[in-house]
Amino acid sequence: MAKTPLQFRHNGREVAIFVDGGMSLLSALRDEVGDHSPKFGCGQGGCGACTVLIDGEPALSCITLAETVAGKLIETADGLKIGPELHPLQTAFMDSFAAQCGYCTPGMLMAAKALFDRNPDPTRVEVVEAISGNICRCTGYEPIINAILAAAARRSERRA
Amino acid sequence: MPVTVKTFAAPTEAAAALNDRSARYIGGGTLLMRALNEGDVSIGTIVRLEDRLLTQVRTNGARITIGAGVTLSQILRERELSFLHAPARLIGGPAVRTAATVGGNLFAPAPYGDLAVALLALDATVSVMSGYGARDVALEEFLASRDRNPGALVLSVACDRPAAPETFRFRKVARVRPKGVSVLSIAASLPAVGGRVSNPRIAYGAMAPTAIRAKAAERALEGRTLDDSGVAGAVAAAAEGTSAVTDAIASAWYRREVVGVHLRRLLLGQGD
Repeated sequence: MAKTPLQFRHNGREVAIFVDGGMSLLSALRDEVGDHSPKFGCGQGGCGACTVLIDGEPALSCITLAETVAGKLIETADGLKIGPELHPLQTAFMDSFAAQCGYCTPGMLMAAKALFDRNPDPTRVEVVEAISGNICRCTGYEPIINAILAAAARRSERRA
Repeated sequence: MPVTVKTFAAPTEAAAALNDRSARYIGGGTLLMRALNEGDVSIGTIVRLEDRLLTQVRTNGARITIGAGVTLSQILRERELSFLHAPARLIGGPAVRTAATVGGNLFAPAPYGDLAVALLALDATVSVMSGYGARDVALEEFLASRDRNPGALVLSVACDRPAAPETFRFRKVARVRPKGVSVLSIAASLPAVGGRVSNPRIAYGAMAPTAIRAKAAERALEGRTLDDSGVAGAVAAAAEGTSAVTDAIASAWYRREVVGVHLRRLLLGQGD
């Protein structure tokens, strides 16, 4: 079966790949681009481990048809770091022990980034809503919620 | 197994492509990509339609037409659609809502499809494209024949805006906070004349394979007031005509047992 050419922007870099018909964005990122930060969890859109940002909106890459992202901006956890520095969310996740097995972490980070980009000073309720599509089976969520709130607090401290 | 993706600009062309039994329409992909990931080999072709009308919300007086490709996130951004914010917000996380569409929700099997429940209570009509052109079908009729016509191409959904916010109510019952898959959901349109309910429409999700109307409860509520004694008849008839199934979320027995409890709370305007 013929492959389809596909171009999009991946973490600030133009990529051009070939995809099979019906290929998910997750497979395209992992198998064709080589970005292994989005994870395959359930393949059903139920767990959020594959969360990426498409044009700034949180999206589940496992149920996104790769061909639909032509020309769009894709951000993954792999692109969060700023040069040698970790993103403030990554630092806060580390400090708050928000990762245990770590499998949900890239999805959690991207769900949190989608919230931060729109709302730099979220309430706890807004944080819970932002990660309500992401499942974590280790932490019980509290350390993750605290990490996101801590990252927000640190950011507003810096602004003050 | 790779499939063929066909993208069309005109609804008539997309509708014609769906005559192929192995062809499926893709909206947001939350149902179709999931099926592909699970290895559904009956899917040979994915049909896409890129038509700007699909993502538009149009108002004409009280009548609102919502393009089938409007996402749940878009609903939450539209002030005109504030009456649909409650069901939209209770579906999925933000990432699901970025993808999930109004049209797709009409095809979601129970226990999914909460938005269709709200639209059924609002007496929505569905614009369906076929080889003969587009025609409007009542949502109730559309849902009743849905599983026999998997190739239907939905262009838009239209309904009247509720006359007042309190006349339209929605409730979703889930086991997980802040949200989870429905044990059941209930939507009710409760217009009142002189303090008495007139022509109510009550719809359930997860009480049958598709969203259904609670016609016995509607009849029992006609002409009644929304207080303890007024709603008693509707509550007693709440499970009549339903055919809930047992799934991972709840048993059919449990759903039948609790539907009256939640209908009562919704009609009396009580919290959980």
